Amino acid sequence: MADKTKASGKLDELKKGPYPSFVKEIEAAAETNKMAHDLIGQLELSYDEKLCHWKHGGIVGVMGYGGGVIGRYSDVPEKFPNVSHFHTLRVNQPAAWFYKTDALRKICDMWEKRGSSVLNVHGSTGDIVLLGTTTPQLEPVFNELTSLGFDLGGSGSVLRTPSCCVGPARCEWAMYDTLKYAYEMTMRYQDELHRPYFPYKFKFKFAGCPNDCVASVARADMSFIGTWKDDIQIDQDKVRWYAEERKVDIEDVVVERCPTKCMAWDGKELFIDNRNCARCMHCINVLHLALKPGKDRGCTIMLGAKAPILEGAQLSSVLVPFMRMAPPYGEDEATAEDLPELIDNIWELWGEEGKNRERVGEFIQRIGMGNFLDAIGLEPQAEMVAHPRTNPYVFYDLGKDEEEEEDE
Amino acid sequence: MADMVPVEEIADAMFKMIKDAAGKKQYKSMDLQKAMKELYPGRVDKQLCKAAIKQLINSGRCIYTYFGGSYIELPHVEGAANPEQTET
Ligand code: HEM
Ligand code: HEM
Ligand code: SF4
Ligand code: SF4
Repeated sequence: MADKTKASGKLDELKKGPYPSFVKEIEAAAETNKMAHDLIGQLELSYDEKLCHWKHGGIVGVMGYGGGVIGRYSDVPEKFPNVSHFHTLRVNQPAAWFYKTDALRKICDMWEKRGSSVLNVHGSTGDIVLLGTTTPQLEPVFNELTSLGFDLGGSGSVLRTPSCCVGPARCEWAMYDTLKYAYEMTMRYQDELHRPYFPYKFKFKFAGCPNDCVASVARADMSFIGTWKDDIQIDQDKVRWYAEERKVDIEDVVVERCPTKCMAWDGKELFIDNRNCARCMHCINVLHLALKPGKDRGCTIMLGAKAPILEGAQLSSVLVPFMRMAPPYGEDEATAEDLPELIDNIWELWGEEGKNRERVGEFIQRIGMGNFLDAIGLEPQAEMVAHPRTNPYVFYDLGKDEEEEEDE
Repeated sequence: MADMVPVEEIADAMFKMIKDAAGKKQYKSMDLQKAMKELYPGRVDKQLCKAAIKQLINSGRCIYTYFGGSYIELPHVEGAANPEQTET
């Protein structure tokens, strides 16, 4: 009845067009792998009936770990016996997804033998996603992975596998070493990654600059986005070259589109009022040979983003306006050395007070940003307010001196 | 400061909680920690609770489960999928 190596019907539509097609890939796998073979059958049934035929199994895993394996079962196993178990494993990717071909080949060889031979490089979490195996294969897969030097990633109420943009490895705009932090945080928080202790998931993502190629501002509970404090570096000759040789309409595509309207162009010189620049990267992206970020670099830490699952989507908001991410560290500034304490304080508070399945962003909305900052021991700052210029409830104590503050 | 409770004793107390609640209520790590802090006021901390949970899991007496959030339960037969769970 369900003997198909080739997709047909609605599923067939997904093979058309010039794009890569996951259906074509599964078909290729189905020639040699019986799980992939039955996968086509079950998918086709789902597309016809507009019904999901996967059951969510909550108890499979590997010994000692509370995350990394996502249990799935077919609810029509009599039709598709080879996908009656179809568990997914998340494999912790190397920082910025650099591999030797040899490493990938070994993972693929293992997966052809022990799973559906279908994998996703990479899932939206960042991990390698090995799609579909049976319960008895979980421990053998895990053993082979660890002997190849890989580990499982996060799933469930844990620290999810940290991820980062390609950063200084290939990108001139990286304001700090994103790979280093993704790696260090992964190693420092192994316990939190594998043994669920949180009310719900928690994600770190490291983006080297505000272009945010890992979309951390929309997805990470705690995002680290590279930024700079001083002035954008301008090469006026190159700006003129863009205007004259490349026929870039600087007024229209740069000045007018600056979100804070802090630029001016008189046909000869580009002027930037850096005090009002929001470090959005737009002008630098357009005139990348003429403009560069400043030299005084670090990152902004944002907190609270999430996709809509239980509640609506949320973007993150500023927690630490500027943190220095590499020495030399100054006396009076937030530095990467403060990170362990900051993170512990957030996890302690949210861990104790957070409701079941409440993300840290929702938690902050419930208890209020003021109370949250108070509890984790951070001072409120103007940069945390979305529209400080128009919000009448922000008070700037510009004249206040230090001693007065300490007296309170 | 009071003498701290040995990890084994905490693990046993947690195990009893989980066993008594099996089939009725699911506990998360933090639920267990909070219960231990009530049971042994001032004599347990987060590190000890974490160690106790690790012992329960590594010995196979308990397993981690996932039904929307992560829980700690007695090992049971797989396949009892929870229809309410909708995401990973
Ligand atoms: C016929 C009676 C009323 C009309 C037509 C009216 C209309 C309005 C309008 C159009 C706004 C602005 C909404 C906005 O900007 O989004 C407003 C705001 C407000 N009204 Fe009224 N209002 C009336 C009576 C009252 C009364 C009796 C009170 C209080 C006792 C009141 C308290 C307020 C407050 C607190 C605001 C919000 C101000 C703010 O923070 O923006 N209003 N009202
Ligand atoms: C000392 C007393 C009060 C203070 C400090 C205060 C403060 C505030 C603040 C800060 C907001 C703005 C919240 C926001 O938009 O983010 C607000 C909104 C509002 N307040 Fe008050 N309030 C006071 C008394 C009252 C009283 C007595 C009433 C009604 C009888 C009232 C009715 C409202 C209403 C209706 C809004 C919502 C306005 C809107 O959504 O546009 N407030 N209040
Ligand atoms: S986020 Fe910025 S630094 Fe990272 S890869 Fe993208 S452009 Fe480069
Ligand atoms: S980085 Fe963005 S905000 Fe700053 S000057 Fe350029 S366009 Fe304007």
